[in-house]
Amino acid sequence: MIHSLFLINCSGDIFLEKHWKSVVSQSVCDYFFEAQEKAADVENVPPVISTPHHYLISIYRDKLFFVSVIQTEVPPLFVIEFLHRVADTFQDYFGECSEAAIKDNVVIVYELLEEMLDNGFPLATESNILKELIKPPTILRSVVNSITGSSNVGDTLPTGQLSNIPWRRAGVKYTNNEAYFDVVEEIDAIIDKSGSTVFAEIQGVIDACIKLSGMPDLSLSFMNPRLLDDVSFHPCIRFKRWESERVLSFIPPDGNFRLISYRVSSQNLVAIPVYVKHCISFKENSACGRFDITIGPKQNMGKTIEGITVTVHMPKVVLNMNLTPTQGSYTFDPVTKKVLTWDVGKITPQKLPSLKGLVNLQSGAPKPEENPSLNIQFKIQQLAISGLKVNRLDMYGEKYKPFKGVKYVTKAGKFQVRT
Amino acid sequence: MSSNSFAYSEQSGGGEATELGQEATSTISPSGAFGLFSSDLKKNEDLKQMLESSKDSAKLDAMKRIVGMMAKGKNASELFPAVVKNVASKNIEIKKLVYVYLVRHAEEQQDLALLSISTFQRALKDPNQLIRASALRVLSSIRVPIIVPIMMLAIKEAAADLSPYVRKNAAHAIQKLYSLDPEQKEMLIEVIEKLLKDKSTLVAGSVVMAFEEVCPDRIDLIHKNYRKLCNLLVDVEEWGQVVIIHMLTRYARTQFVSPWTEDEGLENNEKNFYESDDEEKEKTDKRKKPYVMDPDHRLLIRNTKPLLQSRNAAVVMAVAQLFWHISPKSEAGIISKSLVRLLRSNREVQYIVLQNIATMSIQRKGMFEPYLKSFYVRSTDPTMIKTLKLEILTNLANEANISTLLREFQTYVKSQDKQFAAATIQAIGRCATNISEVTDTCLNGLVCLLSNRDEIVVAESVVVIKKLLQMQPAQHGEIIKHMAKLLDSITVPVARASILWLIGENCERVPKIAPDVLRKMAKSFTSEDDLVKLQILNLGAKLYLTNSRQTKLLTQYILNLGKYDQNYDIRDRTRFIRQLIVPNERSGALSKYAKKIFLAQKPAPLLESPFKDRDHFQLGTLSHTLNTKATGYLELSNWPEVAPDPSVRNVEVIELAKEWTPAGKTKKETPSKKFYSESEEEGSSSDSNSDSESESGSKSGEQSEEGNSSDDSSEDSSSESGSGSESEVENQRTAKKNSKNKRKSDSEDGEKEHEKSKTSESSNAESSSVEESSSDSETESESDSASESRKVTKEKEKTRQDRNPVPKDVSLLDLDDFNLVSTPVALPMPALRPSLIADLEGLNLSASSAVINVSTPVFVPMKTHVMLHRMSGKGLAAHYYFPRQPCIFGDKMVSVQVTLNNTTDRKIENIHIGEKKLPTGMQMHVFNPIESLEPEGSITVSMGIDFCDSTQTASFQLCTKDDCFNVSIQPPVGELLLPVAMSEKDFKKEQGMLTGMNETSTIIIAAPQNFTPPVILQKIVNVANVGVVPSGQDNIHRFAAKTVHSGSLMLVTVELKEGSTAQLIINTEKTVIGSVLLRELKPVLSQG
Repeated sequence: MIHSLFLINCSGDIFLEKHWKSVVSQSVCDYFFEAQEKAADVENVPPVISTPHHYLISIYRDKLFFVSVIQTEVPPLFVIEFLHRVADTFQDYFGECSEAAIKDNVVIVYELLEEMLDNGFPLATESNILKELIKPPTILRSVVNSITGSSNVGDTLPTGQLSNIPWRRAGVKYTNNEAYFDVVEEIDAIIDKSGSTVFAEIQGVIDACIKLSGMPDLSLSFMNPRLLDDVSFHPCIRFKRWESERVLSFIPPDGNFRLISYRVSSQNLVAIPVYVKHCISFKENSACGRFDITIGPKQNMGKTIEGITVTVHMPKVVLNMNLTPTQGSYTFDPVTKKVLTWDVGKITPQKLPSLKGLVNLQSGAPKPEENPSLNIQFKIQQLAISGLKVNRLDMYGEKYKPFKGVKYVTKAGKFQVRT
Repeated sequence: MSSNSFAYSEQSGGGEATELGQEATSTISPSGAFGLFSSDLKKNEDLKQMLESSKDSAKLDAMKRIVGMMAKGKNASELFPAVVKNVASKNIEIKKLVYVYLVRHAEEQQDLALLSISTFQRALKDPNQLIRASALRVLSSIRVPIIVPIMMLAIKEAAADLSPYVRKNAAHAIQKLYSLDPEQKEMLIEVIEKLLKDKSTLVAGSVVMAFEEVCPDRIDLIHKNYRKLCNLLVDVEEWGQVVIIHMLTRYARTQFVSPWTEDEGLENNEKNFYESDDEEKEKTDKRKKPYVMDPDHRLLIRNTKPLLQSRNAAVVMAVAQLFWHISPKSEAGIISKSLVRLLRSNREVQYIVLQNIATMSIQRKGMFEPYLKSFYVRSTDPTMIKTLKLEILTNLANEANISTLLREFQTYVKSQDKQFAAATIQAIGRCATNISEVTDTCLNGLVCLLSNRDEIVVAESVVVIKKLLQMQPAQHGEIIKHMAKLLDSITVPVARASILWLIGENCERVPKIAPDVLRKMAKSFTSEDDLVKLQILNLGAKLYLTNSRQTKLLTQYILNLGKYDQNYDIRDRTRFIRQLIVPNERSGALSKYAKKIFLAQKPAPLLESPFKDRDHFQLGTLSHTLNTKATGYLELSNWPEVAPDPSVRNVEVIELAKEWTPAGKTKKETPSKKFYSESEEEGSSSDSNSDSESESGSKSGEQSEEGNSSDDSSEDSSSESGSGSESEVENQRTAKKNSKNKRKSDSEDGEKEHEKSKTSESSNAESSSVEESSSDSETESESDSASESRKVTKEKEKTRQDRNPVPKDVSLLDLDDFNLVSTPVALPMPALRPSLIADLEGLNLSASSAVINVSTPVFVPMKTHVMLHRMSGKGLAAHYYFPRQPCIFGDKMVSVQVTLNNTTDRKIENIHIGEKKLPTGMQMHVFNPIESLEPEGSITVSMGIDFCDSTQTASFQLCTKDDCFNVSIQPPVGELLLPVAMSEKDFKKEQGMLTGMNETSTIIIAAPQNFTPPVILQKIVNVANVGVVPSGQDNIHRFAAKTVHSGSLMLVTVELKEGSTAQLIINTEKTVIGSVLLRELKPVLSQG
C-alpha cells in the first residue's frame, strides 16, 4: 500500500524520508514539485498525482507537504486519512506539526512511523497505543533520560493492541478523576448582499477530555438527541445503543479525543448571531474606493459575542487601504495576498464596531468586477446555538465518583458574507 | 581564492564535527547531534567507535544519529557491520533502532544481514507474543532472498500461533514474502486460506489485505468465510474495514444477481426489511416475485450500514461505494448524507469525495438534490474544490432549482478567481443545453457577460454562446452582430476563432457584416494566432460560396497569404480550400458540392460532464480519481445472469440452520456475532495482561449491547409487546451460552414457551438486571451464588489454560457455558435464579453494583388511589395502588396494581387500555384486555409504568366495549423508589460522594414522642418505599433506596438533635426527586 513517505517544507526541501518497502529515490518528488509549480497556490496542488511508475498522494498540513508514494491501486482516501492521522500524531506528541519539531524529534518520528505502518499497511494508529509504545517527549523526561540513560521507548508492552478495546490503555490511574466534554458548534453560512441567508447549517463536535482510572463505562445522554441529524462516531461508541436509545455509550480512550461530530438537521432554522452592514464601492476611473463595514449582534440569546475577526481578500488592484476602526485594530497586507484583517474583539450593543476609510487602487486598472466577500470569525461562550443540551453522564464499571463538566461554545465556521 | 576558503571552512567544519561527536560520546547530547551531518568518513568512523563501546548510552546515541542520517536520505550502509552486532542488545530502544536500520539496509548488505537471522529465529520462540510478533515483523521485512525458506517456515508457524496479534503479523508477512519471491504463491495461498478462517477481528483486515495482494482472483477462498467477515466487520479496526469492504464489493458482484432490475413495488418491501421481520417473512412468501435478494447479499448491506457513521473518511467512502455498486437503487440514497458530511473535512478528503459525488450525481441526480446548498462555493475554497462543486451543481440542475442555481452562478461569474469564473460560464452553458426552459435566459445572461471587463470571461462566454447558438441557429442575428463588434477588442484566440466560425456559419443571416469582418481579418491575418487563421480561411471560403461578388478578391488575398504561412497546417488548409472552391479546369467533381461541404448542417455539440465516463471505474478507487486504470486495479465484474450456487457460503454449523426462514435469521445473526467476538475476547485475554477490570468493562459493554439488540427485536415482533424485550434478553443469554447448533431451536422454543405461560420463574428472571437481585431471601442464595461464582472463575481459568486451536476452544467454551446455565435451572427454587445471575454479573462488574441491592420493602398499609370514580365511569370504578414490588414487566418500571369494580347490574365487556398520552420517554406496560366483568365483580390487574424518575402524570384511556374514560396515574414521589439494603459503612461512603449539589436538608420541629425510632420508621416508610439501614447510633436513622428508572441512590438520614428538633438530609444525584421527597417528608415528620 503505502510505499514511502517524504516530508517536504514550503521551500521545497525534502527533510525526512521513510520507506516501508524497498527504497524509492527522492527524485520521484520531482513530479510533485512540477505539479506544485503548475498549481501556483499550495492549496491547489492536486492530492493525487500520477507518475510513470508511481502514484503520489499528498496532503498539505501546517505548511508541510506529506507526500506518500504508492505503487498499486489503493483507495486514495485511505492514504489521505492515514497521512492526516500521522500529522495528528505528530501534533499530539510534539505540540505542533512543524518542520522544526519533526527535525528535533527525528528519532521519535522514525519510531512512530515504524509502528504506524507495517509493509505499508496501518498497524497501530490509536494514540493511546502509540503512547504506550513510545512515550511522548517532555522536558522532564529528556532530562531524566540523559541522566539515567533510560529511553523513550516504553518497556511495558502495549496491551491495548491486544484487547478488543484497542483505543484504551490498561492500568490507567488518576488521583482526580475527571471527565470533561466540550460541545463546540460551528455555524457555516453564506449571507448574500442583501443580508439574507443563502445557506446556513450547524456542524458540531463533542471533544472529550477523560481522565478516569480503570475501565469506566460511560453513557452520555442528551435532552434533545433528535436534533442530531447525521453523526459520526469515535470507534469506542456502541452504535446499537445509539440507534435504539439515542444514548452515547462507550468505554473512553484515555485523554483527549473527539467523541462525535454531528450535523444538526437542516429542518431547523439556524439563528445567525451577527449581521454586517457594508458599503464597499470602487469608483469608475478613479484611483480610490470607499470601504465601510459595521458589525452588530442579531440574535445573541443574551450572550456576548466575542473574538470577532473579519478577514477580507481584497482584489488585486487594491494598492493600500486607509481605514479607521472604532474598535480593535486592523492590518492590511498590500504586497502578497492583499488580505485585510480586522480584529474586532467583543461587540457592545451600545456602540457597534465599524471600520471605515478609503481604498487606494492601482491607477489605470479597471475597477474590480466584484466586491470582496467578508469572512467572519466569532465565538459565543456557554451556548450551543442548536440548543443541544447534555442531559447526564453516568458511569458504570468503576466505583469512584468522577468530576464531570460540560462546556458549550458556538463559533463561526465558514461564515461568509457576500458584498 | 574563494574556492580555497570554501575548502578550508569545509575542512574545519568537519573537524569540528568530529570533535563534537567525541564530546557527545561522553556527555550525550542527543538533540544537539543532529545538526552536524556532514557525513564524512571520519564521522562514520566515530560512530563505529560509539557502536562498539560498552556503554549502552553511547550506542543509543550513535543509533539515534544513524537514524537521523537515514531520515535525511543519506546512505549509512557502510556502518552495517557495526550496527548489526547490536541486534541482540538488551536495551529495547537500541534494539528497535537497530531493527529500523536493518530493514532499511539489509537489501544492500545481504551477507551481513544473515548474521542477524538467528536472533530473530530465537525471538520467534519467545513466550511473549509481542516479542514473537516483532521478530516476525523484522524478519519478514528483511528483503534477502536467501532467507525465503526461513521466512516461509516462520510464517507458517506464526499463522498457527495462539496469539491473534502474532497471526496478524503473519498475515502482513505473507505480502512481504510474496513481493520478495512470487514463486511461493501456492504455499502462501494455503496460509491465507488458513488465516481467512480465523475468527479474530485483529487478523481479519490484514489477511484480506494479503488476499487482495496475493490472490485476488481466488474468490472461492472467500465463500466459506463470507458470512463471518460480514459479521465481524463492525469490530475490525478501521483500516481493515476499508480493505474488507472493497473486497466484499467485488465478491458480491460475482456471486449475487443484480438487484437493480426490481420495480417500484418491491422497493417498499425492501425498506421495511429494516423495520420488521414479519414483513420480511411476507416477502419470502412472495417468492414468485421476479427478484428476491439473496439473504447473504442482504447481510452484507445491513452490516456495512452502521459504518457510514465512522469517523474515518476512507471507511465511509468504502461503504458508500459498496452501496452504490451492490445495493438496490432505492437504498443507495442513505449514503449521500454521510458523503456530504465528509465535505467538512480537509481539502484532500473534499477533493476525492467531490469527485465521487460528481460521478454519482450524473447517474442519479435525486440522491444529492436535497443537499444542493452544501455544494455552494465559498470564495475561500481552493480552485480545484470550486470547480468540482460547480460540476456537481451543474449535474444537479433541473427545472425546479435552475433559477436558484443561476442566481448563485451569477455570483460565481464575478469571482476574482478567473479560472473559476470561466468554468462557471461553461457550467451555465451546460445548464442551458440541458434545460430547454432556461436556454434563452442563459443566453441573455451570457451575452451580458460579453461586455465584461475581463477578457477570459468574455472569451469563455463567446465559446459557450457559439455552442448554444449552434443548437438553435435561428433568430439570433442580433447576438451575432454584437459578437462581430467584439472582434475589435477581444484578443483571446479561442474567442476570436469562435466568433469567426459563428459568422461564417451564419453568413447568410448577417449578409452585411460578414464581408466587412472578412475585410478586417484579411488586414490582420498575418498577426493572428494559428487557430484564428484557420477560421479566417473557413470564413473566407464560406463567404466565397455564398457571396462571391463581394468577397472574391478578399478570399483570394487571404488564400495567398495562407499559402506562404509558416504553419504547415495552414498551408495545407489553404491548398485544400483553394482546390475546392475556386473553379478551375483541374477541379474535380467535388467542387460542385463545395457549398454542401462547407455549409452543411452540423450537429450541435453535446455539452457533457467530464465525469461522464468515469463510472466504469469502481468508485473510491485510485483509478477513478485519475480516470485511468492504475496498476493493480481489479475490475468490478458485471452482475452474473444467474447467481452461482449460494450454498457454497454455508459453513457446516450454519448448514443446520438452512431450514430456518430468513425471518428468523435476522435475529439469530446477532447472537452468533456476539459469539465470535466473545471467543475473540477470550482468545486475546490470554496472559497476564487481562486484568479483571478490562474483562468487566467489555462484559458490561456486551451486555448493554445485548440489551439493545433485544430492544430492537422487541420493536420488531408485533405479537409481543413490552414484556417481549425482557424475555428476549433472557433468551439471548441462553442462546449465547448454549452450544452453537442448539442455539437456534432453544431460543425459539424458549420464546414460545415464554409467550404461552408466564410462569413466575420467567417473570422473576426478568427483573434480574445487573444491579438488582430478586427481592427474595438474600441469604439463601448467598451460598449458592458463591459456589457458582467460584465455578465461573475456575472455568475461566480453564479456558485460559486450554489454549487449544480455535475451533476446539470454542466447543469447550460452549459446553462450559451450557453447564453454567443449566445448573441454576436445575435448582429447586426457581426464584433463586435471578439473584444468581445478578451475582455472577456482580463478579464481573465493579463492586458499586454490589452496594445497591434491592431489599424487601417494609410492610406498610396499602394506600389506594382513585383512578376512575364509579360515577364518572358509568358504573365502572377503578382504583390503583403501588404494591412496592419490583415490576415484572421491566426493571425500569414501577408496578401498579389496578382494581376494577363493576358497580352496575350488567356485564361490562372488553375492558382495556386505549390511547396513551405519555410524556416523552415514559413507557407503560398495559394489562391484558379483560373480556368481561360480572356485575358486582372485581378484578385486580397489574401494570408497569416507567415514570422516568419524574412525578409526571401518565394519562391514558380506560376503555370498555362502549365507552372510553380518560384516566391518569400520578405517582407519589416515594413510589418511584425501590428499597436498597446496605450496610452503614456503605451508606456513609455513598453519602460522602453525594454531597454539595446533591444534598438537601431541612430542620424539623416536632414533639419528642414523634421522634421515637418506630414512629420515624413508620412515617418515612409510609411516604416512601425505602429500606432501613441498620444504624449504630440511636439518634441517627438512615434509609436507602434507589430510583426505579435510573437506579440512582436516594439516601435519607434523620438526625435527632437536642430539644425537639431533627435534621432531615437527603442525598441523591436526582436532585429534583430529592427535594420533592424532602418536601413530602417534612410535614409528615413534624405532624403529631
